[in-house]
Amino acid sequence: MTSAVAQGNVSVPQQARGRRSSLTRSRIRSAWAFIAPSLIILALIAGWPLARTIWFSFTDANLNNLSDYEFIGFENYLANYDGEWLGLLTDPDWWHSVWNTVWFTLVSVSIETVLGIIVALILNAAFPGRGLMRAIILIPWAIPTIVSAKMWNWMLHDQFGVINDLLLRLGLIAAPMTWTANADTALWAAVMVDVWKHTSFMALLILAALQMLPQDIYEAAKVDGVSPIRVFFRITLPLIKPALLVAVIFRSLDALRVFDLIYVLTSNARDTASMSIYARQQLVDFQEVGLGSAASTLIFLIIAIIVVITLAAGRVRLGEDPR
Amino acid sequence: MADVVLKNVHKSFGRTAVIHGVDLHVRDGEFVVFVGPSGCGKSTLLRLIAGLEDITAGDLLIDGQRVNDLAPARRGIAMVFQSYALYPHMNVYDNMAFGLELAKSSKAEIDRKVREAARLLQIEQLLDRKPRQLSGGQRQRVAIGRAIVREPKVFLFDEPLSNLDAALRVQTRIEIAKLHNDMRATMIYVTHDQVEAMTLADRIVVLNGGRIEQVGTPLDLYHRPANLFVAGFIGSPQMNFVPCQVAGLGPGEVLVSLPGGGTLAVPVQPDGVTTGEPVTLGIRPDHVRIRSEGALGGRVELVEELGENHLLHVDAGQGRLTIREPGDARHEVGSTVRFDLTREFCHLFRRSGEALPSRTGAASPAPSSPNLSSSAA
Ligand SMILES: Nc1ncnc2c1ncn2[C@@H]1O[C@H](COP(=O)(O)OP(=O)(O)O)[C@@H](O)[C@H]1O
Ligand SMILES: [Mg+2]
Repeated sequence: MTSAVAQGNVSVPQQARGRRSSLTRSRIRSAWAFIAPSLIILALIAGWPLARTIWFSFTDANLNNLSDYEFIGFENYLANYDGEWLGLLTDPDWWHSVWNTVWFTLVSVSIETVLGIIVALILNAAFPGRGLMRAIILIPWAIPTIVSAKMWNWMLHDQFGVINDLLLRLGLIAAPMTWTANADTALWAAVMVDVWKHTSFMALLILAALQMLPQDIYEAAKVDGVSPIRVFFRITLPLIKPALLVAVIFRSLDALRVFDLIYVLTSNARDTASMSIYARQQLVDFQEVGLGSAASTLIFLIIAIIVVITLAAGRVRLGEDPR
Repeated sequence: MADVVLKNVHKSFGRTAVIHGVDLHVRDGEFVVFVGPSGCGKSTLLRLIAGLEDITAGDLLIDGQRVNDLAPARRGIAMVFQSYALYPHMNVYDNMAFGLELAKSSKAEIDRKVREAARLLQIEQLLDRKPRQLSGGQRQRVAIGRAIVREPKVFLFDEPLSNLDAALRVQTRIEIAKLHNDMRATMIYVTHDQVEAMTLADRIVVLNGGRIEQVGTPLDLYHRPANLFVAGFIGSPQMNFVPCQVAGLGPGEVLVSLPGGGTLAVPVQPDGVTTGEPVTLGIRPDHVRIRSEGALGGRVELVEELGENHLLHVDAGQGRLTIREPGDARHEVGSTVRFDLTREFCHLFRRSGEALPSRTGAASPAPSSPNLSSSAA
């Protein structure tokens, strides 16, 4: 994203080429000078590890001895040994983790978007104590994931957890539930904690967009007698769509890389593993740097594809002004 | 079409009182302009009529019905905002049609109304454009179009021209006047520009500090301002004010002694003023006559050439006086001029600011346009 913005800054209309004034040239030069540091840092901290990971994914490197490896082509991904297909793409555990991650992302980001819009609309209305409310809703977001995951882990504990206790007292369940150990409920529990943690982030991004909206059009709609629901769907929503899309992409990127939440909450269970958990397991537990790197590379590709699809579906360029 | 009646209307925001009891009757089909300095409560008053603000106390009647508690959409009004308030993501057509879609009108009916308004305002070729692709003047037309399609009983305009450049403002002003002639709808129009007020209004309401100072036809206000505020606000350049003293009273005449010496018999009703009372004499720049045998004199401080006429700013000893004369200036800065005040055109104001009634009480003192006729004597 950063480099796309950078290119935008220095692009010059075709017909102006060759006839650039010295002023234009010096502007382009200083533009490059300004973005060069960030490009270099980006290359060092993002480009280099990425390139190395992709490279390792084509080798048989092992964590025991990282200096001794051989190039093996696509064998980490897919290989045929004596008529038997092997490799990442044939591993059901990998595909299960992909499914878990995508499901987790779709469900949690959808819920967060809807709740975030509702919370933002409420916070956008003038009421006493609004500033305090804005600060308070940020608290879950400010707590490190590892802490909140552990916290919820305890609250959801089958014997000592407050949630089971509460539900038992209310008579909603007959016996204590093993929320995080049961594969059926564990991902839902993860979704719930993620929603609890990230709705406020979503709400703040949307609130910022809401506050940029001109107020006069709402008065015009009032005079026109447009109902609040119609005002929301026909005026507010189209106008905040670009900001909403950015927020959804941010959250999706985060959710697709989910690791600590599920890892802590479900105690590294196989059934609920996300893509990142799978990659970590290959890399660290099984010491298979090559295979782990292949998984990481696929995660990168999957995330990239999903972002491109989301952007295309929204048909909005980042930073475009709807007005 | 309807009349609008305000009965002792008050408005406070929290503890700040902004409108202090306004009584007004806007007649059916009338074009009424609210004018006054910035912050005097013009917009607030308009928004009270629109229903965008709650009335703190008093009654508002539209078409005979008390509408204090009715939502804006049910008051039969349409409002044109200073900032246009167009929906930025909708094209011109949708901007105009949006408010109609819920009024249970059929698609064909909406289409007919939108196209007719577009034709009236000559924006037919812009119907597919988004507001950001329009110039300020075009946006203002769309905003007016959006009001027209609702076929309201009352049009409300809040400084609709103040974001336009001078030439466009004059042109749009003429079009709004024409629109009123064609539609004969009741229109209430807010402006801080007294030229707009004079040219558009059937009647002008001069507001100051949340109160009505005077209501009247443009020429009423120009020729018979009720008080110092209105006298100073209506007319450009501003009326000259000269502090003086009552020197004597006659039948339908008040004799005042001028600060530079000499007296002047002003043809107004004495109405209880007493000799020796300090009063303010008001006279418009057009009615100060330069002549070599003039009773008063002063030094020219500044000359402003306007082409068809010019302004002399004269230091007359006790304050400055503006004089408007036709043609090019014949006096230089620093020279001394002598002049007379045309007594038929003088106003007298008590210390409280209230004007003494003119003698005739009827028509204006000799028909004279603010644009000057050099024959006036
Ligand atoms: N929503 C509001 N809250 C508090 N004060 C307001 C509000 N709207 C207007 N005022 C005050 O009311 C006075 C009149 O405002 P307004 O009607 O906008 O004046 P104008 O004649 O310039 O249109 C101003 O002093 C303004 O500060
Ligand atoms: Mg205003």
